[in-house]
Amino acid sequence: MRTIRLNGEEHRLDAPDDMPLLWAIRDILGFTGTKFGCGMGLCGACTMHMDGQPIRSCVTPISAAEGREITTIEAISKDSVGEKVQQAWVKVGVPQCGYCQCGQVMSATALLSHNSSPKDSEIDEAMSGNICRCGTYSRIRKAIHTASAELKGGA
Amino acid sequence: MEKSFENLTITNHGIDRRGFLKGMGATGVLLLTANWSWSQEQQKKYGGEGMPGGTKNDPKLFIAISQDGTVYITCTRSEMGQGIRTSLALVVADEMEADWEKCRVVQAEGDEEKYGNQNTDGSRSMRHWYEPMRQCGAVARAMLEQAASLGWGVDLEDVRATKHSVVFPRGRRRAGFGELAEAVARLPVPTGSAIRLKRSNEFRYIGKEQTLSADGEDIVSGKATYGADLRSVGMVYAVVSRPPVFGSKATSYDADAAMNVKGVIKVMEIEGTMAPSEFKPLGGIAVVAENTWAAMKGREALKVEWSDSPNDQYESQDYRRQMEEVSKKPGKEIRAHGDLEDALAKAKKKHAATYYLPHVAHAPMEPPVATALLKDDFLEVWAPTQAPQAARTHAAERAGLPLEKTRVNVTLLGGGFGRKSKADFINEAVEVAKAFPGKAARVQWTREDDLRHDYLHTVSIEHLEASLSSRGKVTGWLHRSVAPTIMSIFAPDQRNQAAFESNMGHGNVPFAVPNLRIENPGVDAHTRIGWFRSVSNIPHGFATQSFVSELAEEAGKDHLKFYLDLLGEDREIDPRSMNDGWNHGENPETYPVDTGRLRKVMETAAKEAGWGKRMRKGRGLGFAAHYSFVSYVAAVLDVEVKKTGELVIHKATMAIDCGAQINPDRIRSQMEGSCIMGVGLATTGEISFDKGAPKQSNFHDYQVPRIPQAPKEIAVHLVDPGKEVELGGVGEPGVPPIAPALCNAIHAATGKRIRSLPIGEQLT
Ligand code: FES
Ligand code: FES
Repeated sequence: MRTIRLNGEEHRLDAPDDMPLLWAIRDILGFTGTKFGCGMGLCGACTMHMDGQPIRSCVTPISAAEGREITTIEAISKDSVGEKVQQAWVKVGVPQCGYCQCGQVMSATALLSHNSSPKDSEIDEAMSGNICRCGTYSRIRKAIHTASAELKGGA
Repeated sequence: MEKSFENLTITNHGIDRRGFLKGMGATGVLLLTANWSWSQEQQKKYGGEGMPGGTKNDPKLFIAISQDGTVYITCTRSEMGQGIRTSLALVVADEMEADWEKCRVVQAEGDEEKYGNQNTDGSRSMRHWYEPMRQCGAVARAMLEQAASLGWGVDLEDVRATKHSVVFPRGRRRAGFGELAEAVARLPVPTGSAIRLKRSNEFRYIGKEQTLSADGEDIVSGKATYGADLRSVGMVYAVVSRPPVFGSKATSYDADAAMNVKGVIKVMEIEGTMAPSEFKPLGGIAVVAENTWAAMKGREALKVEWSDSPNDQYESQDYRRQMEEVSKKPGKEIRAHGDLEDALAKAKKKHAATYYLPHVAHAPMEPPVATALLKDDFLEVWAPTQAPQAARTHAAERAGLPLEKTRVNVTLLGGGFGRKSKADFINEAVEVAKAFPGKAARVQWTREDDLRHDYLHTVSIEHLEASLSSRGKVTGWLHRSVAPTIMSIFAPDQRNQAAFESNMGHGNVPFAVPNLRIENPGVDAHTRIGWFRSVSNIPHGFATQSFVSELAEEAGKDHLKFYLDLLGEDREIDPRSMNDGWNHGENPETYPVDTGRLRKVMETAAKEAGWGKRMRKGRGLGFAAHYSFVSYVAAVLDVEVKKTGELVIHKATMAIDCGAQINPDRIRSQMEGSCIMGVGLATTGEISFDKGAPKQSNFHDYQVPRIPQAPKEIAVHLVDPGKEVELGGVGEPGVPPIAPALCNAIHAATGKRIRSLPIGEQLT
């Protein structure tokens, strides 16, 4: 048995050291908002935050989460930036199939948390690890700018 | 209420969700009992009526009103990102005067006898279901009005439904839909003549520029349910080791090492089907475990011996050379008129070009996945499927159960693009479920599985020749398309393209050319070929649109003017006159190919993109326009090729005429997505084979566009047809013009012609 801190709560689970956080959290703990897209850290569908930094949970073993704070999409609305990002996503109508979008929201939240007015090149850099096969990129860019404006307006 | 209801439909926690109607009945639901049918005399064989199961407009199937006023609208089409759950529901809501905020969308289970056709492909959902859904909403509105007038004892003409209430303006009375739910459920259904559809100036949601989404909030908060998001106690998780080469099968396997992985429960064989594969599983060895990770580790440890396959020699470069050889000789005639030989012989100028397009994989972000539960002689499946009824038929057959004892619940699809029309992955889940009665069994595909075992987009050689008059007019047109056919998955000896492939921009080109021949020399398929978003329009459109640009250059003319000249006078062409008896399944009388509409999207895109303006060195505009899925799309791409060979797409300008625009925001989003998909297949998309197996395995070697590669801007212009026309498709027709417009732009920027996709390293 091991313990991880997920979304502000302690969870006990039985999982081998090398099990990626993605599967531990989806299959064992039952939080299914985080998605599986590639299993190789290539697509960003599985993006979570570890101590506020975006990580690819499909290649992060659960042993690396020891003593860290993990946040998933299920709790990101409690973060003031995350909430604004979600609102902007809905307002701009970003999602198509939506499968990649939890990962996109997590990456965008991480970006805006340390850079509240990113330039396009900074958006490219921060978001290039997140594939959207439906091709919602122009709206992702727009929604990040929308959320950024909201954050500044609210500050 | 809302939340628990949705959880009942497809729950994240626990998979018992029957009893929606029972539960709703207790709270007073509008369930109309009469057998409503709208006359559908005109289009018996075509459109929605030509599809298995036809269409239905019975409000009792699609609408439920609870006493709290919530209106539940059932969507029978699969949602894969096109926004159909929103778009069809808003049509119903609009006609019945429901307030969108108080509407919830319910996903129908697979049952075409009950709901009509559910096969979500061919860009058909809106064009086949708009009218039935309007009628359905209008009947509900009429009944709500009738219930109120009876309750108040006033004339029906004096009441009207407006924004979720029925009002009697003179008496200042108002009753909410929820208050009327019980009364309306007792009413007989009015006759057809009593039903009035709204006039377009009365629409609240239809055709309006606004962003509505049935699922947006659930999606961005992780609550939306996709194929892998169903959970139940004791559930088992499987991954399958499949034959590396299509046509091979497991001859032996050693399960010991796999069984030694902690969490692995069982290793079992899944029987495969040799060609024709249809939608059946490839077969292989399933590793079943307590969680996905254990199953994946178990599969890594598993040792399997595979038999030889007749496709062991499939090698992409060889195959390309074979196709090129074949393309040099005449093949099956698809369409011909005039005397092409004579035109070519006498021509002042001739031009020929051969284009190559490789296989591409759909690679939806959600890899195939399905969950099945066999319990007490009842099979229940949860799957992201584009074809719920086909999935149900397959699942029932696998389980040896009648259809009535098989239920297929449709989750959201994390992308489909044609891949999820096939039930192969659902069959696998049923096989595992059979070995674990009483337990839910999931089969999860990894990305490697997805890329190695797709029903790939075809691979093709397109050979074109044309003759030009001294004034630069096209006098002769030859197009030979060589590509393995989708039909090969049903009959392996099929070597020629089917009508539904040829008439995707090959045979049915609406060009005013006096001498024309369209041919299709046959080839064998060596892998599973399937429908990929916009299908054969991709190679056909790429070749014709690249070739038109080349011809314009040969003729020393502006591409746009040259193309307009090639189209000739504005006219409505009967597809049958182009030897197209298929016409996307639509009535040739009401769905002619309209060159005037094509011209209009061309001119719109050109004007909006500033066609003809001077461009900086290294920068260029490229043009293409293509008719497909009974819609018209033109695209202009503005690109820059840097000295290093780096390609930057500054802007994509697209214009579409799809007839009336029901949900403009989702039309735009489909064009945006089509643009990205087109950019992907043009720049990097390629699945190539070596020794019978795909070489690519994940997103490092099968690259798809990421945000830096996306056009900096995509401007979509919705073009009004300017006359009464039928609805066109939206999900697919945006794809075909993108790759040729991009390559034409590269030519404008650099002088270099790209005749072989993907562009890859060709610019460096
Ligand atoms: S699933 Fe983790 S990056 Fe793709
Ligand atoms: S919205 Fe479908 S993959 Fe991004």
